[in-house]
Amino acid sequence: MSPSLLQVSGLTKRFGGIIANHEISFAVRPGELVGVIGPNGAGKSTLFDLITGFTRPDTGRVSLDGRDATGLRPDQICRLGVGRTFQKLRPFREMTALENVMIGAFLNTADVAEARQAALAALTSVGLGDRAAAHARGLSTGQRKRLELARALATRPRLLLLDEVTGGVDPGAIPGLVALVRDLHARGLALIVIEHNMRVIMDIAQRVLALHLGEVIADAPPAEVVRDQRVIDAYLGEAWR
Amino acid sequence: MIMIFLYGALATAWNILAGYCGQISLGHAVYFGLGAYTSTLLVREAALTPWLGMLAGAALAVGISQAIGYPVFRLRGHYFAIATIGFGEIVQTTVLNWDGIGGARGLFVPIKRPDSLLNFQFHESKAVYYYIALGLLALALVVTRWIERSRRGYYFRAIREDQDAAASLGVPVAREKHAAMAVSAALTALGGTFWAQYVLFIDPESVFPLSLSILICLVAVMGGVGSLWGPLLGAAVLVPLSEGTRVLLGGTGKALDLVIYGALIMVIAVFQPAGLMGLVRHLGRRRPLAASAGARRESAA
Repeated sequence: MSPSLLQVSGLTKRFGGIIANHEISFAVRPGELVGVIGPNGAGKSTLFDLITGFTRPDTGRVSLDGRDATGLRPDQICRLGVGRTFQKLRPFREMTALENVMIGAFLNTADVAEARQAALAALTSVGLGDRAAAHARGLSTGQRKRLELARALATRPRLLLLDEVTGGVDPGAIPGLVALVRDLHARGLALIVIEHNMRVIMDIAQRVLALHLGEVIADAPPAEVVRDQRVIDAYLGEAWR
Repeated sequence: MIMIFLYGALATAWNILAGYCGQISLGHAVYFGLGAYTSTLLVREAALTPWLGMLAGAALAVGISQAIGYPVFRLRGHYFAIATIGFGEIVQTTVLNWDGIGGARGLFVPIKRPDSLLNFQFHESKAVYYYIALGLLALALVVTRWIERSRRGYYFRAIREDQDAAASLGVPVAREKHAAMAVSAALTALGGTFWAQYVLFIDPESVFPLSLSILICLVAVMGGVGSLWGPLLGAAVLVPLSEGTRVLLGGTGKALDLVIYGALIMVIAVFQPAGLMGLVRHLGRRRPLAASAGARRESAA
């Protein structure tokens, strides 16, 4: 069994009286694609914030390649090879698509011309090559999702955390985005994907982590998770039986 | 012209931190005053040439700016701006009550004759001041241009747009903000020394006031923040306007010139939020834009 790329153990975070994440433990191996499901408020985005250094856990550990990465700043986590996107998209609105992606590319080079090249390649890889000169504010939601993806990819991560790939995107754009994620996975990237669309999760995930009220209630291959009674009760409903 | 250059340089320096990096400082008079006081004290106490005093002032401004940066950069948006006002007031009050460096009475720069570049005093002709001010402005513009074209410039803009997203992409946000603050403070301090040598008298009311911090901000905002030439354009419009309204209306009741001034700024803010630079760009682009729109319509048909 290959060693874990990411190991999360006993992660707990309280916001006032609310326990957003409680004793969460799981691991991600290199090249693995893990889906995260759960009702709103289950603590999915909080978990991402804890892993990527945006929020400090009250207790518990995050380690990357076996080394402790708990409490590092977001930019340090990024430097260790973890990229992320945000549920609420956060493009640099007044910058062009190319410039947006260059910010990610600058992690690997201080040279502007090199960064521009790398950014253009990343934009092209997500199918936005022809929108390079457009301002981020002028892009559609689907295009912005791709832009965030390209931006994170330009940092050359080994693990990518995607917060809602298809959320808020018009149905026609979903297959393209899903194909993109599958392609990244095929290229050896490890991914953790928060996703509400169960069809997408069933389709792409090797393992699914189900969260409910801040706790992991299932961690298994998708076919097993959809038969898990607790997951059905908490999230899926009877339709998935 | 000298004042246009000086304010142009100050606003350009401010623009590096506020315009590019998005940290709206309303405490830049601190650095201006530090520049003025450092060189003046060194001239008086150690007979050091103001040129070295200028560098010392810039170095001190960098040091102080970094210390101020630790607490204030934790704050965002309006709270950052308010905190910088607070620091400005603290420093001004401190100097006002510090009798060892003149307190509220201020300091005279010892008059040196004959004129010499080393003494940084020119009583015969103001032409030299003109060129020095121009030099300061050029320096501020060159530094801005250099940053704009480097990774740092891209990082600054990313932080301005969304610092969390920037951090997620590996941008060391705090370090970059401190860098922006350091460069901006140093350039502002150079202007302070120049002012001291030009006017030859400084006191806390003239070099540390909040109104100066606001004026620097105003000049840059008026001209257009986040662009290379915007702050200079702002200075080129605002300085003559301020002098003009003061000459015409200043004697009538002290504040009327400021009323006109304020009204004009509101007009700009409402109709041209990108500043005068936005207007310039808009006029420059109107023609090609219309042409390309026409082309798009044709290709659509």
